[in-house]
Amino acid sequence: MAFNLLKKKGNTPEETGNGLFGKLKQGLSKTRDILFTDIDELFSSKRTIDDSLLEELEESLIMADLGVDLTLEIMERVSKKSKKLSTADELKAVLKEEISALFPAGSAEEDPSGAVKPQVIMVVGVNGTGKTTTLGKLATKFTNQGKKVLIAAADTFRAAAIEQVEVWADRANVGIVKHREGADPAAVAFDGVEAAIARGVDILLIDTAGRLHTQKNLMEELKKIKRSVGKRLKGSPHEVLMVLDATTGQNALSQARLFNEAVGITALALTKLDGTAKGGIVASVAHTMDVPLKYIGVGEGIDDLQDFDPNLFINALFD
Amino acid sequence: MFDNLSDKLNSAFKKLKGRGALTEKAIDEGLKQVRMALLEADVNYRVAKNVISDIKKRALGQEVMESLTPGQQVIKIVYDEFSRMMGSSHEELSLDGKAPNAVMLVGLQGAGKTTTAGKLALYLKKNGKRPYLVPVDVYRPAAIDQLKKLGSQLDLPVFQSTQEMKPLDICLAAERRAREEGYDTLLVDTAGRLHVDEELMAELVGLKTGLNPAEILLVADAMTGQDAVNIAGSFDKALDLSGVILTKMDGDARGGAALSIKAVTGKPLKFIGVGEKSTALEPFHPERMASRILGMGDTLSFIERAQDAVDQKKAEKLEQKLKKNQFTLEDFRDQMASVRKMGSIKELIGLLPGVNKKMLSGLNIDEREFVRIEAIINSMTPEERRTHAMIKGSRKKRIARGSGTTVQDVNKLLKSYTQTMKMVKKINKGGMRSLRGMLPF
Repeated sequence: MAFNLLKKKGNTPEETGNGLFGKLKQGLSKTRDILFTDIDELFSSKRTIDDSLLEELEESLIMADLGVDLTLEIMERVSKKSKKLSTADELKAVLKEEISALFPAGSAEEDPSGAVKPQVIMVVGVNGTGKTTTLGKLATKFTNQGKKVLIAAADTFRAAAIEQVEVWADRANVGIVKHREGADPAAVAFDGVEAAIARGVDILLIDTAGRLHTQKNLMEELKKIKRSVGKRLKGSPHEVLMVLDATTGQNALSQARLFNEAVGITALALTKLDGTAKGGIVASVAHTMDVPLKYIGVGEGIDDLQDFDPNLFINALFD
Repeated sequence: MFDNLSDKLNSAFKKLKGRGALTEKAIDEGLKQVRMALLEADVNYRVAKNVISDIKKRALGQEVMESLTPGQQVIKIVYDEFSRMMGSSHEELSLDGKAPNAVMLVGLQGAGKTTTAGKLALYLKKNGKRPYLVPVDVYRPAAIDQLKKLGSQLDLPVFQSTQEMKPLDICLAAERRAREEGYDTLLVDTAGRLHVDEELMAELVGLKTGLNPAEILLVADAMTGQDAVNIAGSFDKALDLSGVILTKMDGDARGGAALSIKAVTGKPLKFIGVGEKSTALEPFHPERMASRILGMGDTLSFIERAQDAVDQKKAEKLEQKLKKNQFTLEDFRDQMASVRKMGSIKELIGLLPGVNKKMLSGLNIDEREFVRIEAIINSMTPEERRTHAMIKGSRKKRIARGSGTTVQDVNKLLKSYTQTMKMVKKINKGGMRSLRGMLPF
């Protein structure tokens, strides 16, 4: 993924000039900001390891929404190890190890354009996390990579959701499959796959309606969408991307668990990182669910979706 | 793992059997658990810290209520403090100014402003208002369409904004229109924005100045984490909010953000969104929120019911009687009646500290038994109730007839009463610490 990043950097001058490069740099600093901006500050002055440093560390982790359980888990290990350490720098290295270990290795992840055509990506999540926006940005990203993209507007529930995704399809200059508002979303998804196959599309993005994970019948509906996609194209969807909002706290764990039970999440996207929320709960989610965080949303613009690379992130965090 | 705060507190207080005032040690131990519960509920770290230190100040030296354990007493203090912080009752919108009054909905992207605008309009309409929906989100694709569609679904009038218009122009035009058409409340649905977006925050300030709204409500997601303080703080600083609406409360989030937001802004929470339907908007109830954040509705309702049912003075009198071994059948009946007022016996035992569901599964309580006992005691003369020893053969027959029971039943009651009195003599120093002592069956 780090390689991806460099490749893109090389492409920037002829494409969008400084804009994209600037965004990438911004994205990197955003990546750095996720979770723990304050932690560097803790270590910046030459402090000795004492209870107050550990307490402040604990505060930073909790303030980053990492969650009480995971914070306590990490703090217990860190403070145990800290007894053998003398400098804050060494403590930093220990912490770095601990946090790296939270993110499942995403290196073996292959490009979704890989083997089968079309690759079907289903975008899911609770209301208001930014599913449609993320999907629109993904459409642009894949199109820029030279892929042929199609969107299925399977959020038939929320008023004007179809119009919203249509605008994104226009912006990304990709095709869209839609029914009327109130139509069966599974049927839209099915038609999406059908059209994707017929048109020789590389990637099909399916937009689904936001739903609270505790709404049993809506989760059943989501299962049905997935089943109908699989019926038309065996092995699909190839990716179930769950969109999490960085401002969300501990509830993200419950969301991820129930969405995973229903439709099996394969990747995470974390949105709204351009605010002040640190989005630490994603570390908890990635850790407990063993699902990679693939994308981070850092702004409203069509290019404001970045690949997330844990290694890059950890290094950026501490260097 | 522990299910909820009350379990945690019970385990923390297991060792503490002391009576009377709460000791500092007991409070610290209890508050450690409360702090964890708050953090797990997404209450901001610093807010939680402040709340805990306030509670500690209040709790130190407080007497433990007779009907409660120390753990429950700490919960009660926490709960009272919470309810105090959240506001004592539901606060309505103040829309009594000269019509049309404007209500501005502001917040982050995806908080649920547009959906809430529709729900609120419907709510106001039901309450005799003539609301006018005003879509001002000229940025998000199809946001205006969304509100227009909602309006037509709900049969509510919507100002016909377009994306090309400027937000303030929309508002002013809508205000004029409302005057012409006789709409008394404008519901201004603004675009979602990040609190750190200076340009867009300035736009909101401009809308406020131009429109002079009666209410500026922050629409916030109940699932918000630690950042709730920054979000709410920034919106409040820029706009001086008049209140907050918490959305997506139908999920399983504990909603600690409510406490954080209240602590930072001091502004009342006015409504909660509880579902996808347009009618799923409810007035906010502080006490319910308090127990939700603490994750312990059961224990709280028990404490509430105990407070209601047990008259403090009566309880003290009873304890005196017990101590002097003057606890009569009459007192026995009164005590039982006040216990029964709190709910079914099995339910109540389930709420007692140290009792878990496993223990309850083997317990088969016949609630009718208590009705019979009451009937038996009611069939006695006052004298008999005070001196049970005088109840012999013919009296027993009369009592059985009067209460529709048998002499055996009367005997059984008298036997358990004497046994209880023996027990009371033994544990006299223990007093009425727990209700369990009162249930010899």
